[in-house]
Amino acid sequence: MDIIVDMISALFLLLGSFLCLSGGVGILRFPDFYTRMHAVGVTDTLGAGMILIGLMLQNPEGLVMLKLLMILIMTLFISPVASHALAKAAFRNDLAPMSDREETEGGTESSIP
Amino acid sequence: MLIAATIAILVVMILAIIRGVAGPTLYDRILAVNMFGTKTVLLISLLGFVMGRPDFLDIAIVYALINFISIIGVLHFSDSTEFRHDPDDTGSTKKES
Amino acid sequence: MPHTISLFLTLAAFWLLNSGHYTLLILSLGLISIALVLYIAHRMDVVDHESQPLHLTLRIPAFHLWLTKEIILSNISVVKHIWLGNETISPVLATIKASQKTDMGKVIYANSITLTPGTVAVDLVGNQITVHALLRENIEVLQAGEMDRRISRLED
Repeated sequence: MDIIVDMISALFLLLGSFLCLSGGVGILRFPDFYTRMHAVGVTDTLGAGMILIGLMLQNPEGLVMLKLLMILIMTLFISPVASHALAKAAFRNDLAPMSDREETEGGTESSIP
Repeated sequence: MLIAATIAILVVMILAIIRGVAGPTLYDRILAVNMFGTKTVLLISLLGFVMGRPDFLDIAIVYALINFISIIGVLHFSDSTEFRHDPDDTGSTKKES
Repeated sequence: MPHTISLFLTLAAFWLLNSGHYTLLILSLGLISIALVLYIAHRMDVVDHESQPLHLTLRIPAFHLWLTKEIILSNISVVKHIWLGNETISPVLATIKASQKTDMGKVIYANSITLTPGTVAVDLVGNQITVHALLRENIEVLQAGEMDRRISRLED
């Protein structure tokens, strides 16, 4: 029984690491600020969730699990608020998003005066 | 598996630092710092389990809250006029140091 | 009054979870802190149905389950497009309509949009939400309005 829980936990940790790595690659690869924000969203929701669930299965009783659950819930409440505040500040300060109709090459950010 | 996940998180943090240094705009840097902070929370939790000391989770909770407050603080300050993104200077803004 | 009790229970659970020491001294200190927070919250006049949405308690778990499913699906799609490269994404900025009546419903809607990877709510004015999406399909899914309907159903 223990070995099954351990394997499920390892699977969750592996998936979470893969999702976080994908988000890290995305933040380098995507062409402008707003698209990079979506990459960060991946690591904040499912990446963090998978890793924390994997850790919960390592020690599935007592206060430790409740604390991990609290970290997960706090992450899920905090990350959209921070993302929205960031996007709104950028939008209000005239950082225009790249549109796919414009012919922009990767790596340049478009900023309309 | 815990150690592999820890190394993966460290790699992600390095990628976030690269984006933070590369910019190009101010908001990219804030985004990178935000991502660095949330990944630090995960790193502290993982390190607590690697070292067998789950007390580290308290530090992770505090770090999550401080990270949130710092991001909101910086963004609230960014609404003020002297912090405006300068459209002529696409590479960086002057007030970012 | 129910909101005060709910806030008290939340704060007590938070204290008990974080302290881990159950001696008389620590527990009484916790009680004093909770009383202080309750007093300050009443002075600030924030103990109401917006900070303690008790009327949603019965209906919100089903919505959370549905939202979790949506988050997993959109995570898979965003990760796929990260590895496929920049040619496959079509970032778009669009304005969609929120049909919720209360402020809290609109905030739940905007936060759900932001929590789902691939869409970020950029601005919320009146009942118009400006959304930036990684793919044009994401906007079409939002305009079809299933999330909007589910949140509107939470309200009444």
